[in-house]
Amino acid sequence: MKLLQLSPGDLRQQLATPGIWLRTGPFSVRLRSALPAVAAGLADLYGQFEVRSPREAFADFHVDLDGSTGVRRWVRPQVQFSYDGVLPFKPLPRTQAFPMLEWGLNWCVSTQAHQFLIIHAAAVEKNGRVAILPAPPGSGKSTLAAALVLSGWRLLSDELTLIDRATGLIQPLPRPVSLKNQSIGIIRQFSPAAFVNRETHDTVKGTVAHMRPPRDSVLRQHEAARPGWVIFPKWEKDATTQLTPRSQAKTFIFLAQNAFNYSHLGADGFRVASSLIDQVECFDFRYSALPEAIAAFDALADAHAPEAITDAA
Amino acid sequence: MPRDLLVRILRTPELVSRLSMADWDIAVRQARAAGLLARLAHRLRRLDLSETIPAPARWHFDAAETLAQKQRLAVHWELQQIRQALTEAGLSAVVLKGGAYAAANLPAAEGRLFNDIDLLVPRAQLGKAENALMLAGWHPAPLSSYDRRYYRRWMHEIPPLQHATRETVIDLHHAILPLSARYRPDTELLLSRAIPLPSLPGLAILSTEDRILHSATHLFHDGDLPHGLRDLTDLDLLLRDAASADFWPALIERAAELQLARSLYYALHYTQHFLDTPIPDTVFAHLRQTAPPRLTQAAMNAVFTRVLLPDHTSCRDAWTPAARLAAYVRAHWLRMPAHLLIPHLLHKAFVSPYLESREPKTA
Repeated sequence: MKLLQLSPGDLRQQLATPGIWLRTGPFSVRLRSALPAVAAGLADLYGQFEVRSPREAFADFHVDLDGSTGVRRWVRPQVQFSYDGVLPFKPLPRTQAFPMLEWGLNWCVSTQAHQFLIIHAAAVEKNGRVAILPAPPGSGKSTLAAALVLSGWRLLSDELTLIDRATGLIQPLPRPVSLKNQSIGIIRQFSPAAFVNRETHDTVKGTVAHMRPPRDSVLRQHEAARPGWVIFPKWEKDATTQLTPRSQAKTFIFLAQNAFNYSHLGADGFRVASSLIDQVECFDFRYSALPEAIAAFDALADAHAPEAITDAA
Repeated sequence: MPRDLLVRILRTPELVSRLSMADWDIAVRQARAAGLLARLAHRLRRLDLSETIPAPARWHFDAAETLAQKQRLAVHWELQQIRQALTEAGLSAVVLKGGAYAAANLPAAEGRLFNDIDLLVPRAQLGKAENALMLAGWHPAPLSSYDRRYYRRWMHEIPPLQHATRETVIDLHHAILPLSARYRPDTELLLSRAIPLPSLPGLAILSTEDRILHSATHLFHDGDLPHGLRDLTDLDLLLRDAASADFWPALIERAAELQLARSLYYALHYTQHFLDTPIPDTVFAHLRQTAPPRLTQAAMNAVFTRVLLPDHTSCRDAWTPAARLAAYVRAHWLRMPAHLLIPHLLHKAFVSPYLESREPKTA
């Protein structure tokens, strides 16, 4: 069953008790929350996601988002993220309940799922090959990823690139795309088809909102794909679109430093990362206009088109 | 859903072939809360039972083992660094607990997660050892002046030392129980029987009996018990590894010598109760005069059968919060006499929170 098949009332009620069972990529989450903002965020953004009966026995992550009790219910109300009884974060203002769910789920994956090498990067796929976009915050990574998935690329993840240690393939984890500050307006303007939810102001990251992942990306969330490129995007005012080759060795170092669990995997982390680097082309990418940026990405993907067309058929 | 599901699995691993998905859900969560996911993974693999783990649950075990292997490698590396720092200053040390199990490749190291590295040195060498470790990059973590004074005056260890870049933590001890505790095992006695580690010249581990007695003492003197069940499985593995005809009498004799017979009694009682550790009846017969009075034993059972279960919602009953509080108070009672304990608990309850609230908040 899909989440959108639940009526808003049923969703709110099930979410409060006993909680809903939700699948995201390779993971299942049992999520419980009585907060209306959480139900609203799910209804807005997770409509295509698989839900099962709350009696479904097994879940990977048991997550609760609770409001505070006592005087805090009325005075500066807060929200607390709990991972099976563990509280990894300080409470946030109640208005940030939905972003906190997103950050909390990312935390669950990045601290537990060591069957993957987990790189802090967006990943999008076209014609069977994945572009990995690692970049420091503020470089326009999420904006570019959002624009790409609104232009025919498949969303694998906007934050966590999961490289399967056994196969070297990239495992999709399509979830709502996190947009910050100016990006929110840029994406709304870029495509009227984009659905971006209500903005949350004054978070540690400024104003945040989330874009609903494309339906096709969610339906194909079990379809792993081959890494094709590692591309470091950099938005610069008035820059001409420019793709320049980048050293494989430097890219390796950057990926290792920006992986959540590179050191946890020991020698295997090195093996997985180096075999990834051997398979991909590495680029620095400067851009100022999204349509031009997308054209440049499409040109890269089209150079590898033939094998992919048979894939899609 | 059984509160003691994980304990049952540890006792009878073959049980896993009959678990429902709902059982697996609880088993994984209890094992994670207890820090025992990797140890369980290791045990199931050794018994050829890994295949019985249903596919959706399997990655949890693999990921936990990955982490445990990495930690074990890291502990070996840290021990090399510690050894070098100490021997350059002409010093040596005994490695305690998890670090020792890893250094000696004991079964108790398998699938174990590590929090810090515990070292024991003679009190006379404490200052020198601390300086040597500081030169190598381990520095005291910031503490309130009350805590700092308390450590130096009454504790059996100095405040934890954390490495400036790697963030690993060393607990440097000069005794295995606080100076204020009821029982005061003589550190010289422990050091006299320490076994040098050929692979790490300058470092040693406690003798087999002392290692077990230390693990037992630690478990039954520690108030927080966040890893109670894990420590109990350590004891179980240490006992099974050591068991031989000569071992049991030597263990009992040594416990008396170190004034740790009561801790040993509890350790044996609860490893047998929870994990079916094979302990000859004659051992309990010998320990009879050190066993607690019946009423004390009943109270201890009410407390420890609860607090030694994983700290997870599925393991709690109505009495668990009271049992945890009782274990906390008991541990403090053993660690210091009343004229120290009462002011200390008052300070912790009222002064510390006040001082913390006045500190500038970190973002």
